[in-house]
Amino acid sequence: MAELMRASGVKKRYGGVTALHGADFAVEAGRVSVLIGENGAGKSTLMRILAGIETPSEGEVFVDGHPVRLNGARDAAARGIGMVHQELNLCPNLSVAENIFLLGSRKGLLDRPGEREKARALLARLRQNIDPDRRVATLSIGEQQIVEIAKALAEECRVLILDEPTSALSEAEVEVLFEVIGDLKRAGVGIVYISHRLEELLRVGDSITVMRDGRIVARSEAADASVGWIIETMLGEEGRLERADTPAPEEGETVLAISGVSRPRDRTSAALHDISMEARAGGIVALYGLLGSGRTELMEVAFGARAASDGTITLKGENITRLSIAQRVELGLLFVSEDRKAQGLFANLDVGRNMAVSDLASFAQKGVIRPEREQGAVGRMIARLGVKTASARTAITALSGGNQQKALIGRALMPGPAALLLDEPTRGIDVGARSEVFATIRQLAADGLAVVFSTSDVLEALAVAERVIVIAKGRITLDIPVAEASEARLIRAANAAAAA
Amino acid sequence: MTKGKTLTMNGAGQAVGSDYAMALLLKFRTVLALVLVIAIFAALAPNFLTVANALIMLKHIAIVAILAIGMSFVILTGGIDLSVGSIAGLAGMVAGALIINGLPLTALGVVVYPSVPAVVGLVLLVGVGIGLFNGLLINRFQVAPFIATLGTLYMARGAAMLMSNGETFPNLIGNPALGNEGFSRIGAGLLLGIPAPVWLLAVIAAGAAFVAGSTTFGRRVYAVGGSERAALLSGVRVDRVKYAVYAISGAMAALVGVLIASDLVAAHPASGESFELNGIAAVVLGGASLTGGRGTIVGTLIGACVIGVLGDGMVMVGISEFWQMVIKGGVIVTAVVLDRLQERLG
Repeated sequence: MAELMRASGVKKRYGGVTALHGADFAVEAGRVSVLIGENGAGKSTLMRILAGIETPSEGEVFVDGHPVRLNGARDAAARGIGMVHQELNLCPNLSVAENIFLLGSRKGLLDRPGEREKARALLARLRQNIDPDRRVATLSIGEQQIVEIAKALAEECRVLILDEPTSALSEAEVEVLFEVIGDLKRAGVGIVYISHRLEELLRVGDSITVMRDGRIVARSEAADASVGWIIETMLGEEGRLERADTPAPEEGETVLAISGVSRPRDRTSAALHDISMEARAGGIVALYGLLGSGRTELMEVAFGARAASDGTITLKGENITRLSIAQRVELGLLFVSEDRKAQGLFANLDVGRNMAVSDLASFAQKGVIRPEREQGAVGRMIARLGVKTASARTAITALSGGNQQKALIGRALMPGPAALLLDEPTRGIDVGARSEVFATIRQLAADGLAVVFSTSDVLEALAVAERVIVIAKGRITLDIPVAEASEARLIRAANAAAAA
Repeated sequence: MTKGKTLTMNGAGQAVGSDYAMALLLKFRTVLALVLVIAIFAALAPNFLTVANALIMLKHIAIVAILAIGMSFVILTGGIDLSVGSIAGLAGMVAGALIINGLPLTALGVVVYPSVPAVVGLVLLVGVGIGLFNGLLINRFQVAPFIATLGTLYMARGAAMLMSNGETFPNLIGNPALGNEGFSRIGAGLLLGIPAPVWLLAVIAAGAAFVAGSTTFGRRVYAVGGSERAALLSGVRVDRVKYAVYAISGAMAALVGVLIASDLVAAHPASGESFELNGIAAVVLGGASLTGGRGTIVGTLIGACVIGVLGDGMVMVGISEFWQMVIKGGVIVTAVVLDRLQERLG
């Protein structure tokens, strides 16, 4: 087994804080080395060192057995090391081919037909039928992810680092990605794979390395590892996502009702066809669907962030179809977007102000904010949701993904809503934070809220909801109580219509 | 994301500390620049540090600062208002026309001569109206603020020229018989020995700082500037916030037009040309980010002082007009570069 690269005793300090305490990690040809750990465990830092983005404070990096000093991503790319970041790094205004060959030729001249052909070949290798001339802005997130991988492959990399490549992919797209990884392995590429989805790691990985608090705490061949083992090593005592023992709360009257909602598809969003569903007080509805199935569009239509061509939406019996977002918020319908960074956070404001924004009027007298009222409400919400922050005045960007998510859920709860729409609330947050977010959701339902959350993870749907609705190609294909649902049934429902 | 993770590793407590230090440094930098500019001109021009000169400079600063305060709200939302200079010009002309020619009510066949407070009120309405028109273009027709306000810049300037065929309205002293005298007191008057525009600025700055820092509207302005989409999804009526900031900016610009016309006792249609650039420069010098969400009224005030003192000081020292432009540009660029550096260090 040929070792392609190795980090030996690498340490990384940022100011006075040590993010990585001496890690040893090897990438071998034709193998998938999985790296797992909670946010802040140091895996990102280790990866960034391997990818040449960061230089270690101590320790060395070897490529082909020779110590090297990688100066940036381009230097690493020249040595055959490529990385696909979790957050997409594409230029939406450029075409697929232009993005793949962004660093382009060395002579300063573009070879457009050649690039187009190469892009087509790369995409074919990834089993994708994406037109190289399409503008990236018109691609779905899943397709963009594929383009990112194509971009890394274009550099003819021997080491490919994938940082949570599946966080935005539907299960069908994940399958494609796994096939691609299989192809790459056979071609002798060494892969570093990072993900929070545990089943996935065991499937795709050859070896598993677990990190905690900036250290590598365990290593195992994937064949010898189990989900239970990974969670134990990663967290210690915290358990896996399991259905709560508490009895399902009494479901009350219908709070949110969607009936006959349709909209045509456009360049960037899916169509909806005659969708009807409802959410009851004290109930949790899981909206399960693949990426591009219309689950985000459905939530956005319900919230008024997107127009429907047909259908009615009622909240507590009142027709809200024609109301603006602000009016819906006032009536008690709140929404948390799946895209924290672009549609959730105010990076310029602190945690407290991020949370208070949805309910400013109630902290104010004649338009003047009463700081004591605001701080009191924010403090209570931070305590209620267990947001881990030094104070309400901490910058929101200093929080971990999971705590940012809790703060945003807190924002949605500030006005005391009747119904809450959560679009993929666990996207990009770690296992520990995920169970906390779901504990929060259960508590909210127990408090009488109607909760609808979307997910692309069957287990999440089964673990938390009372009712599961499956959406595929803009149509509801299954709407059943969770007691009647099974993993296989949901996946079939999500894929059946998709194939049709 | 990368930045966020790094910050997390630094620890939340430290992030707060460095934020605080950064904010202090940011304020300190502009104040430092102001002290420096004053010190240099005090050394070079013997009359610089006199009460008389200070009052003249304060009056000039008031013009820049009032405009820049309106601009601050727009820039805090992530927008820009290029039309303010033209609005000031048009406002002066409207005031001049109202005093000289009155308001012809053709339907009734009479000409009404409004009193000076009414003139000011009508002129402010013109400013608000143009601001709302900017807001309409930006909200309803999704025109980029830069382009929308560039369009109104030309339209307002053209309208100002049309009002008198490019001529000046001179001698705006009013007529006791018509009850519209006293216009010059707004811009040239003194209260307790201090020019009226300075008092106006004090009131406006205090009000604006309060609005930006302590009201729901102010908070929403910062939210829209931080992330328009997130604000919308949080139930903020983003379009109303935008209408309001452009209306405020338009009103401030109109007020500046009145102050200038009143001070000169004449309205010239080319007045206020390129004022928008001074306004933007003051806001940016004050530490605001042109992408929105960051900046303070106090910062803008200090920024306006730097612009004002620099301008007057260079004239007093006898620096040529061409060098004045080079130096002013250099100060602005340096300020922004320092700001970037501090942000990176913080």
